[in-house]
Amino acid sequence: MIVEIEALTKIYDSKLRVVALDGVDLELKQGEIFGLLGPNGAGKTTTISIATTRTLPTSGSVRIAGIDVVRHPAHARRLIGVVPQFNTLDRSLTVYENLYYHCRYFGFSHSHAKSRSLELLDQFMLTERKSVYPAQLSGGLAQRVQIARAIAHRPTVLFLDEPSAGLDPQSRMAMWAAVEGLREEGITVLLTTHYMEEADSLSDRVAIIDYGRVLALGSPEKLKATLGAHTIFDLKLKSMHNLEPVVASLKARPDVTSAEVTAEGLRVIAASSDGLLPDIFEAATSFGLRDLAITEPSLETVFIKLTGRDLRE
Amino acid sequence: MNKSEGIGNSHPSEQRPLAGDPGREQGIGNKDLDTGNSDHASETANTPTRDFRAAEANSLPLSENPAYQIRKIHLGAGIFIKSFLGLYLRDLRVLSREFLPFILRVGMQPLLFLFVFTFILPRMASGNPMAAAGVDFGTILLPGLMAVAIMFSGIAAVALPLSSEFGITREIDDRVMCPLPLWAVALEKVCFSAMQSIVAALLVIPMAYYVPAVPVHAHVANWFLFALVLVLASLLAGSLGLVIGSTVNPKQIGLVFSIIVVPITFLGCVYYPWAYLEKIRWLQFGVLFNPIVYMSEGLRAAVTPSIAHMPWWAILVALVFFTAALGRWGLKGFLGRVLS
Repeated sequence: MIVEIEALTKIYDSKLRVVALDGVDLELKQGEIFGLLGPNGAGKTTTISIATTRTLPTSGSVRIAGIDVVRHPAHARRLIGVVPQFNTLDRSLTVYENLYYHCRYFGFSHSHAKSRSLELLDQFMLTERKSVYPAQLSGGLAQRVQIARAIAHRPTVLFLDEPSAGLDPQSRMAMWAAVEGLREEGITVLLTTHYMEEADSLSDRVAIIDYGRVLALGSPEKLKATLGAHTIFDLKLKSMHNLEPVVASLKARPDVTSAEVTAEGLRVIAASSDGLLPDIFEAATSFGLRDLAITEPSLETVFIKLTGRDLRE
Repeated sequence: MNKSEGIGNSHPSEQRPLAGDPGREQGIGNKDLDTGNSDHASETANTPTRDFRAAEANSLPLSENPAYQIRKIHLGAGIFIKSFLGLYLRDLRVLSREFLPFILRVGMQPLLFLFVFTFILPRMASGNPMAAAGVDFGTILLPGLMAVAIMFSGIAAVALPLSSEFGITREIDDRVMCPLPLWAVALEKVCFSAMQSIVAALLVIPMAYYVPAVPVHAHVANWFLFALVLVLASLLAGSLGLVIGSTVNPKQIGLVFSIIVVPITFLGCVYYPWAYLEKIRWLQFGVLFNPIVYMSEGLRAAVTPSIAHMPWWAILVALVFFTAALGRWGLKGFLGRVLS
């Protein structure tokens, strides 16, 4: 295992005691793209911060290629590349120089750093912008430079913290393509996200994390299959009066996993949607159906079933 | 923590033998962990699948495996020095772009001081109470202005960039990801600022030669002492910059100049030798807590020994003490900022 995270806890003990991580165990295989999925505050960034030597854990350990990141942070940093959540490009250097000096920090000679930087500019289609300063780059381009910089020293593991946060859809697609490209290079990638589509389409395996704990782990397909490929019907009703009989009758159906009253109406989770929709529709009409949202089986439905809350809540 | 980040990773609980021998490290990188793949893949981009490449990489003799050769560049005893040097080169590059502003920044203040106090005032009619500082004021002022130049560039080169790197841009996150112990990242900042401080101090000398109406009596009797004081004072200024940059809230960095930098300058025996304070005993003792005093007095002892100054050994002890104390304090603040 290239990354071994064992019983990792982090407690921030200031005025307000916050348990950011509550015993996280994860193992990453060489060459896989691993998604850490969870809502804001679930502990994703804390996990990455500890693994990238930026935060000290309260207990537990992280080993990258066998190197303990707490005991040997400087050594571990040679094996990892990081794309942080925010743009941390060197504002005083051009795009090319950002890459060049990054290589120098990692011990490359002048000529080696130069050729590696030019190669990366080419690979990430940034050659035209080599003399531009980071402040002049759009969010998507800056993110691309950050990824190029993170892999410049050929790390074994790349950490991407919310790589598509704040990107427009087009840039997000470009970023995905860049990450997919890394798969070709055999780099192990750990990315955090709260975008289901991202975790679903990019990752080989996904861990769903909330309140500092891993709730589920596996390939997106496996998660969807074992945790039930559920369809979620969210109904918004005008009248909430006397809903209980409807809930009870829905629950009684074999294909319905759960039915519950929500703040605005009703939520039905079902294993199969065949034939259910007309019945739900009929049952709800008398309560003044305002809106009906159907979420097809996806990681999102898995997530909602596991945590009882939406990712973006 | 500096110990734990050392080169020899031979901790007993380490699963793999990594102690010191680069050859073995690379072997491990290849064989046990298959890190060879990642490097090798980019070298042979036209091979179709990763598994195939991995197999190929492992079948090559170690010395011919490209992955091995790239690793050799990465891992080795010299990596810390190279990384430190990389940071230094980066700072040099940034400074080279702002060379003129740098010269103006460090030169303007001493130039104006010399111009007003040693050129304009002595030329005013004698009997002018403002000329009371005397004809030798230029000689007194030279080491003091060098000390101020050192201190200001120390603060400008460490505190100001650090406060913005810690602040909005969080650029420091990039720098601390270097394969260096964190203390070395801070040390690089201090060393680089010390270099700027030395340049700034030396820049005052030609000004003091050309500007004053009355010649300045500078005479370096002991070049070794001069160099030692110059370097120590510059490191001290860098450490002070580290303290300010890493402990002060970026929003209040401007305030620091009015409530810390200006007072310690004015009470730093810059414009008067310490010995002349004997008529104000409480102040003469009070200023001993001010590190700038030893910078001015040290340069006085080295550059204008004809003016009364503290004994050189006391100056050196104090310079070392303050550099160590401020350096430690600054490092603590730095670590607190970058590590949570």
